[in-house]
Amino acid sequence: MKYVAGVDVGSTQTKAVIIDRNRTIVGRALLDMETSMMTIAPDAFRAALKNADLTEDQIEYVTATGYGRYNVTFGNEQVTEISCHARGAVHLFPQTRMVIDIGGQDTKAIRVGLEGQVEDFTMNDKCAAGTGRFLGAASYALEMPLSDLGPLSLKSTNPVRITTTCTVFAESEIISHLAKGCLPEDVLMGVHHAITSRCVSLARRVGIESEATFTGGVSRNVAMVQLLSQQLGIPINVSPDAHFIGALGAALFAHDRAFGNKQQIAAAVAEEA
Amino acid sequence: MTTAIAEVPSVRTSNAPASQTMWTPFNARDEGQRLFKEWYASLEQANERKEPVANVFVMGNAIEILRSFDFHMVFPEINSLQTGVRKTSAEFIRVSEDYGMSPDVCSYVKADMGMMLKEEEHPTGKIPRPDITVSSNMCGTFIKWAEIWERRYKMPSFVLDLPGQRTSNWVVRPGDAQHSADSRWVEDQFKDLIAKCEKITGKRFDIDRLAEIQGRVNQMVIHWNNVMELNRVCPAPYNAMLDGLTYIGIMNVYRGTVEGVEFMRRLEEDIRAKVARGEGRVPEERFRLLFSGTPCYVSMRRLVELFESWGGVFAYSDYLTFAAGGMDAAELLYDTSRPLESLAEVTALAAQRGLSNQFFAHERMEKQIHDYGVDGVVFHGIKSCRFVSAGMADTRDYISKRLGIPTLYIESDLIDPRYWSDAQIKNRVDAFFEALQQRVGAGPMRGREVPTGTGGPL
Repeated sequence: MKYVAGVDVGSTQTKAVIIDRNRTIVGRALLDMETSMMTIAPDAFRAALKNADLTEDQIEYVTATGYGRYNVTFGNEQVTEISCHARGAVHLFPQTRMVIDIGGQDTKAIRVGLEGQVEDFTMNDKCAAGTGRFLGAASYALEMPLSDLGPLSLKSTNPVRITTTCTVFAESEIISHLAKGCLPEDVLMGVHHAITSRCVSLARRVGIESEATFTGGVSRNVAMVQLLSQQLGIPINVSPDAHFIGALGAALFAHDRAFGNKQQIAAAVAEEA
Repeated sequence: MTTAIAEVPSVRTSNAPASQTMWTPFNARDEGQRLFKEWYASLEQANERKEPVANVFVMGNAIEILRSFDFHMVFPEINSLQTGVRKTSAEFIRVSEDYGMSPDVCSYVKADMGMMLKEEEHPTGKIPRPDITVSSNMCGTFIKWAEIWERRYKMPSFVLDLPGQRTSNWVVRPGDAQHSADSRWVEDQFKDLIAKCEKITGKRFDIDRLAEIQGRVNQMVIHWNNVMELNRVCPAPYNAMLDGLTYIGIMNVYRGTVEGVEFMRRLEEDIRAKVARGEGRVPEERFRLLFSGTPCYVSMRRLVELFESWGGVFAYSDYLTFAAGGMDAAELLYDTSRPLESLAEVTALAAQRGLSNQFFAHERMEKQIHDYGVDGVVFHGIKSCRFVSAGMADTRDYISKRLGIPTLYIESDLIDPRYWSDAQIKNRVDAFFEALQQRVGAGPMRGREVPTGTGGPL
């Protein structure tokens, strides 16, 4: 049996997903970014092969995505993560009409069609404020792991207002609030509010639709999911595979290439009939 | 649809005289560069020769009056633009920021300020000191910029007050009561300007000379509008952004001159020949695009390459009209039997339409999308000029949601290279084309060479 793969080389992590002919995930891998972008993609791909218990010659087609997509020298094609997140999200949640992706340095709002095609998108520009890096700065300032930030901020009763729109300055602002005696959960909730506000603004620009899917690493943050859902006023889907949605979308494009997309398959079936 | 803008006239035979010479190959880019070089060379000795010099802006400038007094025209916006094209803008901007200017100030102003602080040294040569500056309220920065020159060069600054939009539903129409009143207001100001020019040059105003210059402007405008219309065909013979920059450069710098008429005549002839041969700007035209806003001159070729690598060609750009003094050429031709009145009428009309851009941009663009067979619209926001970027969000919303035409918003700057983020812009451009391809049922990259990645073993 033949398989296809998607490799998503992001700014902080690289993800690889392998799917079978039925579009079912059979292997995956996630590696934190190292110094060499040239080696991390093959490493993640090999790890996903191992996870799926497959060998390289069983992979029919590889699609690369993410900012490092052109460094995936073994890839057959490159597709932007904007198209891949849209495709992956609609595959997992077919009613999705909007994708919110908050990654390490990008925040995107994507309006999608029935088949996962991108209808419009908007992204943060020239600044990492409102992205995962903003939470990274908070994590560093509070000396707290990223995974603790969401649960702690939900305990907040009096969130502070984070005025800065700069990730670098956010750190000093957080320290300043703590020095004034503010509780860490209130400071953290302020940080979450600041990110949500920028993200919702992007979503409004493309048009808020009936159902959204939240992708990217930040979707694992429970406070972000809660705030986004409240402020967008629509249900937010979050998959346990949220981290892998870009790579999954890439694998789905690889599937189109290797086995034909839905329309092509339908046309072939009709022709045979 | 009800449009606020008059119909663009159909392609028609130019009034320009037919060429009396043998046909010779014409390369618009080379010829444009030659003319630009000549223009800059003529500026270098202007002060030494004690020839009058005027600093003017691309919009609202009364060039026809100044040219009738034989002023050399200096376009500080074009000087700044040239620092970007020649990859030297960063140094000029740095000098002005070292002096104390904020990074948020218009990068054109900063490049010019840097040039002044470097004693008028410019990559093209020495820029002469002006004897007068003509600015207008077409952009608030113009007036403040002119005040800097006024103090540095100790010369008069003449600010034209050009009436703009009165109410949100008002559409100016030539000859209506408001336009007539505004024209008289502008004409009175021209009379003041003429008096100033007479004082500076010691020459008497010659109205026949003005009419002669206006006649040549009319010829250039007709050729120019024909050139724009010729890009409606598929494949588009030129790139409205890259090639268009040379064309509008000549439209501005050589406005009302014999050389300007000849360039535009030959350009039209050349483009017509390309259309007849079916010659397109890109080898395989796949997407026809409209570029809205001002380009990033410092990365102009890269920007064009990002789009053309996908088979996307800019068939039209609104920049071609608002920066070439030809918002709506059919009504912007001069009546040379009434030179000064006509100059005032056309200036008032162009200014009102220019200043009303944000109210009616969507209607005008809808027509352009239709006329040029546009598949997608690219908006380019300018980081150091919020004025030209302000209405883009509304227009984009209308184009994408009401018309269902895909749009892309990218942001950088006119000439400040610090705002050009190649990976981010490429990512957006690629996603835009992927979406365009998906709309027609094909997967991303279909029919296109994969730029990297061999598909080989690990």
